[in-house]
This record gives sequence, C-alpha cells and structure tokens, in this order.
Amino acid sequence: MNCCNNPKVFELSNKKLCKEHFSEYFESKVFKTISQFNLIDKEENLGVALSGGKDSLTLLFILSKLAAKNPKIKLHAICIDEGIEGYRNKTIITAKEFCKKNDVPLDIYSYEKEFKMSLDKMLKTLDIKPCTMCGIFRRYLLNKKSKELNFTKLATGHNLDDEAQSIVMNQFKNNLMASARLGPISGIKKNRAFVPRIKPLYLCSEKEVATYAFINGILDDFTECPNVVKSYRAQVRDMLNNFENNNLGTKNAIVNSFLEILPELKEKYKFGEAGMCKECGEVASKDKCNACKLLDRLEKAKTNS
Amino acid sequence: MEIKVSYDRNQGGKKMELDENATVKNLLEKMNINPVTVIMSRGNDIILENEILKDKDEIKIMSVISGG
Ligand code: SF4
Ligand SMILES: [Zn+2]
Ligand SMILES: [Zn+2]
Repeated sequence: MNCCNNPKVFELSNKKLCKEHFSEYFESKVFKTISQFNLIDKEENLGVALSGGKDSLTLLFILSKLAAKNPKIKLHAICIDEGIEGYRNKTIITAKEFCKKNDVPLDIYSYEKEFKMSLDKMLKTLDIKPCTMCGIFRRYLLNKKSKELNFTKLATGHNLDDEAQSIVMNQFKNNLMASARLGPISGIKKNRAFVPRIKPLYLCSEKEVATYAFINGILDDFTECPNVVKSYRAQVRDMLNNFENNNLGTKNAIVNSFLEILPELKEKYKFGEAGMCKECGEVASKDKCNACKLLDRLEKAKTNS
Repeated sequence: MEIKVSYDRNQGGKKMELDENATVKNLLEKMNINPVTVIMSRGNDIILENEILKDKDEIKIMSVISGG
C-alpha cells in the first residue's frame, strides 16, 4: 500500500512514501502537533531558537510556511554561538544564509561576548561535562534574550528522539521532577520570568527530520558537535537506537506513554513563582542561578591557574 | 562488484567489495551501521534499504543523530 509510483524516500511501518507524499505527511504531522497541544495562538511574536542544524532549520522552514498564511504570527530567530571551533562557526553561516533567504530577522549572541569566554575555553578551564556547561549557559541566554525581544513563546527544534532520550535519562537518574518540565509545551504558568517553550517537531523522529531537510534542500550535511560523544545523553541515544532497530516503535511508545502521565507529573511537581537570581535577575531555584554559579567557578579556576 | 561509499567525516569515500545484487541493507550490515541512525543517497536521490546496488555506484551515508 504505497502512496504512488514515484521513487520512495521513506519507509513507515506499513508503507513507503515518495518525496512529495513524505513532505505532505511530515508537514501535516507538525501542524497536527501544533493544534493538538495548542502550541501557537493566532497572534504571536514567536522566537525560534536556531542553531543551524537540521532540526532548527526544518522547524523554521515549516513555521515560515505557517507564518506566510497567518500574518499575525511574527517569526524572529535567535542563535547562540557557544564558541565551538570547527562546528558552530559553520552552522552559524548556514543559519545566516537561511534567514536571509527566508526573510526572517536573526540575532546572534555569543558566550565570548556575554560571558567573556568561549565554550572551548571554558572546557579548558573547568573540568565539567561539555553538554552540562553548554546547556546551562544556552538555556540562560535563550530565556534572557527571549524576554528582551518580547517573544510570546520560544520554539525549539526538539524532536521525538530528543524527548525519548530525556524521558529515559530522567528515569535512569531518578529525576522525575526534571521530566515534569518536558512535554510539547512548558512554562505556560503566568510566570513572566520564564518565556514558554514549544516543540513543534515533538512527534517527528530524527530520521524523519533529516529526510525532510534533505529532500527539501534545507541541509545535506548533518555533522554533529565534536563534544557530544562524551555525554550521558549519547549513551542513552545509542541504546534507544539499537532498541528501535530491533523493536520498531520503541521511541514512539516511550513518548506516548509519557504524554499520558505528564498531567499528573506536572500536578505533582507544581512550580510556584520561580525565584530570582540576586546577581542577574534571571530565574533561579535558590538565590543564585546556575549560570551565575558556574561563572563564579570559572572565575575562581581562572585565578587559581 | 565494487562501490564507493562516503560516510560522514570520511568524505573522500572508500571502495567496498559487495556481492552481485547486494542491497543497501547488506551494505549497512557489512559496515555495522544501524539503519535508524542514517539516511542514504545515490546522486541527489534518497535510497531505501531494499534498493539493489549496482557496480560503480557512489553511495553517501549520512548520520542523522544530533547533539546533546
Ligand atoms: S552537543 Fe553538547 S557541547 Fe555540543 S552544542 Fe550540544 S550541548 Fe553543546
Ligand atoms: Zn507518492
Ligand atoms: Zn544569575
């Protein structure tokens, strides 16, 4: 039961799809996700976190189609330049070209400028897992800049694989509280310290996203960050991919069963008004935010060396 | 038959010997690559696992997995 007679580009569990029908399938999955979880309202000043990788470019590509039909939805891309030599400098060029071509405003913020140190340099200064360090500062900047730019929401390119990995990682680390912050939309509370995040590619697998990006001429080089091999996430990712290969549908099952218990999780771990960092005014669980704590440690390590 | 394969950072491509009528699936197995983690192309076209390879084919295997 295939779609038509054209050459096929993707194999689903029950059929194969050609270029055109796969794109149709993929786009309608994203639009369905958006409406099912109420991700986007009729009027938005929507930020899009753009890394220049396949996920965020695909996200922006599809959101541009949505915005073209809905003039009250404004898109604005922001890109974080961590300072990863041989990787991010390349994806940023891709991001710039893409925004120019699609007529989307783009702002770039670098660790070098905002924290006076690139990620490469930070990793030489302090012995912390790369993705932990990288993630704390990126989340910090994305939220801070989203507020400054008055975004009503921030869309990110997280896909099904990312979510399945996060769910399993939090289980393995006995950290359900972190899982309560997952899901296709988070931070909806009337908490102005935190700009809500949405994940329109929530139900699309990594392979689906890559296929869509490739056949639509969005990107054909999927080079990954040189630091990722060291992460805990990469271990879980490889395990899940092996599992998926032997048991088709595993990742879908993880995410779908998670969605069923997510409302209870959110209820159990209700986040009240978030605290505020004494140093920078950003969201913090105690009186200092994770980014400021990390900056203190970096400063100390620097003076000791 | 002999085909040329490029896989991510090994962009130059390496030559591989395969049996006549070998499929993309056979190629991935031989290279020990999990099909969930890649897409494959010949020229500008995506090919699926059941595609039968031909002598002198140039195949590109692209890893789709991403960061942390
Ligand atoms: S893989 Fe890790 S270090 Fe690389 S960009 Fe992603 S979070 Fe940062
Ligand atoms: Zn078709
Ligand atoms: Zn702070």
